[in-house]
Amino acid sequence: MINYDKILNSTIKNIKPSGIRKFFDIAQKTEGVISLGVGEPDFNTPWAIRQKAIQTIETKKTVYTANAGLEDLRREIAGYVKKRINTEYEPTSEIVVTVGGSEAIDISIRSIVEPGDEVLIVEPCFVCYSPIVQLSGGIPVPIETKVENNFKLKASELKEKITEKTKLLILPFPNNPTGAIMTREDLEEIAEVLRDTQIVVLSDEIYSELTYGRKHCSIVEIDGMKERTVLINGFSKAFAMTGWRLGYMCAPAPLVKQILKLHQFAIMCSPTISQYAAIEALTNCYGEVQKMVSEYNVRRRFVTNGFNRLGLTCFNPEGAFYVFPCIKSTGMSSEKFCEELLYSKKVAVVPGNAFGNSGEGYIRVSYAYSLNHINEALSRIEEFLKEIK
Amino acid sequence: MDSLLQLLKQNARFTNQQLAAMLDTTEGAVAEKIKEYENKGIIMGYSVILNDELADKNTVTAFIEIRVTPQRDCGFDDLAKTIMMYDEVESVSLMSGGYDLAVTASGADLKTIALFVAQKLSTIDGVISTATHFVLRRYKEKGIFINQNNNTDERSMVSP
Repeated sequence: MINYDKILNSTIKNIKPSGIRKFFDIAQKTEGVISLGVGEPDFNTPWAIRQKAIQTIETKKTVYTANAGLEDLRREIAGYVKKRINTEYEPTSEIVVTVGGSEAIDISIRSIVEPGDEVLIVEPCFVCYSPIVQLSGGIPVPIETKVENNFKLKASELKEKITEKTKLLILPFPNNPTGAIMTREDLEEIAEVLRDTQIVVLSDEIYSELTYGRKHCSIVEIDGMKERTVLINGFSKAFAMTGWRLGYMCAPAPLVKQILKLHQFAIMCSPTISQYAAIEALTNCYGEVQKMVSEYNVRRRFVTNGFNRLGLTCFNPEGAFYVFPCIKSTGMSSEKFCEELLYSKKVAVVPGNAFGNSGEGYIRVSYAYSLNHINEALSRIEEFLKEIK
Repeated sequence: MDSLLQLLKQNARFTNQQLAAMLDTTEGAVAEKIKEYENKGIIMGYSVILNDELADKNTVTAFIEIRVTPQRDCGFDDLAKTIMMYDEVESVSLMSGGYDLAVTASGADLKTIALFVAQKLSTIDGVISTATHFVLRRYKEKGIFINQNNNTDERSMVSP
């Protein structure tokens, strides 16, 4: 008999499974659930992009590409990044096309973090950073953002956590799950703290196109930051292309040279069909992105207003497609609230603590749904709140 | 189209308060704008989209093509106006192409409509010919899929 417990890596065994999993299981089993729980767009991938993929298959462009991705695509990405955040990257040595933003996060952390290194993780945040840091032998050090600061990272909070062992800062804005953004002024303060250190920044900007009222600002735009930053972005959220698994990273050439090795050995190259489709996305589909953003914005205002009216106060989120209402007034924990809501009203939302301890007392509500769907969910939540009073 | 109108087309039952939140304006401003659209006749009314097969199983709808002789001075207008006066008629439009007026009409059963066409429509002065097509099945109405699961969301219920 094989003793599986003995053969498995103890670090992976000790990693807690995602807190979202439990809700996924209950929601999937329950009939008639309406969900505000997903982290992906409800829009279809623009037709021109899908058409391009079909054509790519028809013309038999179904072989490996260069490890770092099609050169045409990297050139388009460089142009797009220049246009959006006014920063130049050299397509052949500073850009890698990855399997979603997720792979870019993974290979960057693993290429940088060594056993004993401390990694500052701004929480609440997407669920993958801490496990990958742990797998690399690093020590995740959460920095908890606060509602009174609109869930932004403050320079003082950052300074407090920096030690001699600090290797990397993970900066995930616009933020999943809070919807918070960092403005240029906010980033200037952060840059001031980092400037004379050796700390590297992993800036996960996958939601960069989804900001409302003001344009996204990247930390690489701030003086002295580009040279220490791995910028991560992708097509999933902006172009509604989650299933295509395509993202990219931009970073200084000496970093890319090493990170690319990991990509080469683990992945070979990102899906070729998706890469061709992504060229189409960047060259012809920006109008579609803007349409989606303006639709999200209407929903954002509707949901924020809805929760505030229900007494679950909700700071004004300026990015991504999430709102993060506070449920402390109900006296319940986040998980209890979500479970009860799911059982009694069949509405699925995600407990805030699934994204870090500082998310306790909050729920993540996605507005990647039609207005009518959101409206129905809001009235069910209203009934729920009346009943638990 | 104005964004307020687009939202009302999606769901005319959104309250003014909800619309105000969506459009980042006040309830008063929404009420005023709607009043203005009503007064100008841009908003002509508010109606419900029914699944007729479930709401009233027996109703039959027909699509009728009518060819007419245009009349001096008033062209097609007088004939269209005569046809639209019948209660059975739900819509009348002047068309380009192979025929002139497109009419939808509904009634309790096939025979009712057939008689209506034969006795009322085709006997109107100026009507040259009619062709009646009965609706067998409706798939989409006012942007809504009928008799199908509208919930075609392929995404999983919960994801990070």
